[in-house]
Amino acid sequence: MDWLNALVQGILLGGLYALFAAGLSLIFGVMRLVNIAHGDLIVLAAYMGLTTTIVLGVHPFVAMLLVIPAMALFGYVLQRGILNQTLGDDLLPPLLVTFGLSVIIQNALLEVYTADPQKMDAGALETASVSVGGLSLGILPLMTFGMAVVIIAGLQFIFYRTALGRAFRAVSDNQDIAQLMGLNRRHVFGLAMALALAVTAIAGILLGIRTSFDPSIGGGRLIFGFEAVIIGGLGNLWGTLAGGVILGAAQTLGAKIDPGWQLLAGHIVFLFILAIRPNGLFPRISG
Amino acid sequence: MPEPILTINRLDAYYGDFQALYGVEMNVQEGEVLAIIGSNGAGKSTLLRSISGLMENDADQIRYRSEPIGRLRADQIAKRGIALVPEGRQLFPSLSVEENLVIGGQVGRKGPWSLDKVFKLFPVLEERRSVASTSLSGGQQQMVAIARALMSNPDLILFDEISLGLAPVIIKSIYDALPGIVGEGMSAVIVEQDITKALSVSSRVYCLQEGRVSLTGMSDAVSREEISRAYFGVEQ
Repeated sequence: MDWLNALVQGILLGGLYALFAAGLSLIFGVMRLVNIAHGDLIVLAAYMGLTTTIVLGVHPFVAMLLVIPAMALFGYVLQRGILNQTLGDDLLPPLLVTFGLSVIIQNALLEVYTADPQKMDAGALETASVSVGGLSLGILPLMTFGMAVVIIAGLQFIFYRTALGRAFRAVSDNQDIAQLMGLNRRHVFGLAMALALAVTAIAGILLGIRTSFDPSIGGGRLIFGFEAVIIGGLGNLWGTLAGGVILGAAQTLGAKIDPGWQLLAGHIVFLFILAIRPNGLFPRISG
Repeated sequence: MPEPILTINRLDAYYGDFQALYGVEMNVQEGEVLAIIGSNGAGKSTLLRSISGLMENDADQIRYRSEPIGRLRADQIAKRGIALVPEGRQLFPSLSVEENLVIGGQVGRKGPWSLDKVFKLFPVLEERRSVASTSLSGGQQQMVAIARALMSNPDLILFDEISLGLAPVIIKSIYDALPGIVGEGMSAVIVEQDITKALSVSSRVYCLQEGRVSLTGMSDAVSREEISRAYFGVEQ
């Protein structure tokens, strides 16, 4: 029963990892940009949520209503102001610039909030649970997983059923020809980053409710996001959810064997899958 | 002579250090079909890329309806009514046939062309509307590329090597559709390797040779000798 419990908790944790990964996957899919600052943006969103809850005295889920549009706007401005200038045939400039951005965000957060670990207060929700067949499942992890499923279904809908998604796919396929169709790729990229950071805002606040955070933890979240994307297969959002679930389950099962093995087990499973399926488990079926 | 729809003034174009066009002068009249011929590397595609905004030029080097457009981006030029059917089709592989067409119409210009209308022009596309664009034959892909450009209801349409890599029977069916396309008062520029074809569908012809205009004239008046001299640069 303990093992089953660990597995289920890991699967639910995977929802959070899938949310870390979804933004990363979206940005890479649309503009081939590897965003090294993604983890720090998640932490930034957590701090924005913290400030909102303290200043306005609202619940973190209410704070989301402010942090999501704020992060989306920040994403659009960041993309049009800085990141668009780095995109081209060479993958290195965006890597370097987002690495720099990562350092800047970390230090700015350190300056404003100090290095003390912080946590968002979600009240009774944090400890509420339901019993299902002898397992005790936390309401918050269940909600996190549910939100991950809904968000990924939503992203999938946007990608394959809307004009915006069509523009994303067209620009991703061929920037020049998309431009001939009247799409300004700089604007489309801005919208993609806005959408990615809106998802990041949700991920950041859920992270901040679940665990304590400080300005230095972005790098670790980036790795989890990367691993979930790679396990699932690039360019496949449902695969990303599966990747997050596998990573989460590996971590909790590893921790069950020995508490020190939590992160190690996740990395080993990631390496193992990379070794046997270099394109991930569910790579995008190319048409 | 009425005001041309498109005027090109002393256009130079570069790829890095390599100069592809040298002082090209050209104009397109309202409603005419203009052919551009020339050997590989003569600068034909470069010229179309410059007109459509995929290459940036000085503002005044390209004027469209007397507005300088040389500096505009491709999306801004598309919104003004110039569409390019690019060499090699270049459909969006992630999009279905229908999505490829719809995205062409997203420019938001009003006019005679709609999804129904292009399906009437190329009925085979309606049958295959929901398949991936990559699963079509070369000829069908070319139809999608043409229909995609038409969906933006352009006033000027540029065709870049539409017969390249297609079987003669397919080329014929595509060229047979051409009068129905340009009959709506649209102007067209056709870049074509097949000189006979180019001359038969156009009213005027320009020949490019190593980035310079080497011949201009009425399509039915230029002689074989003039063309071969302009095309190959052979002194006779």
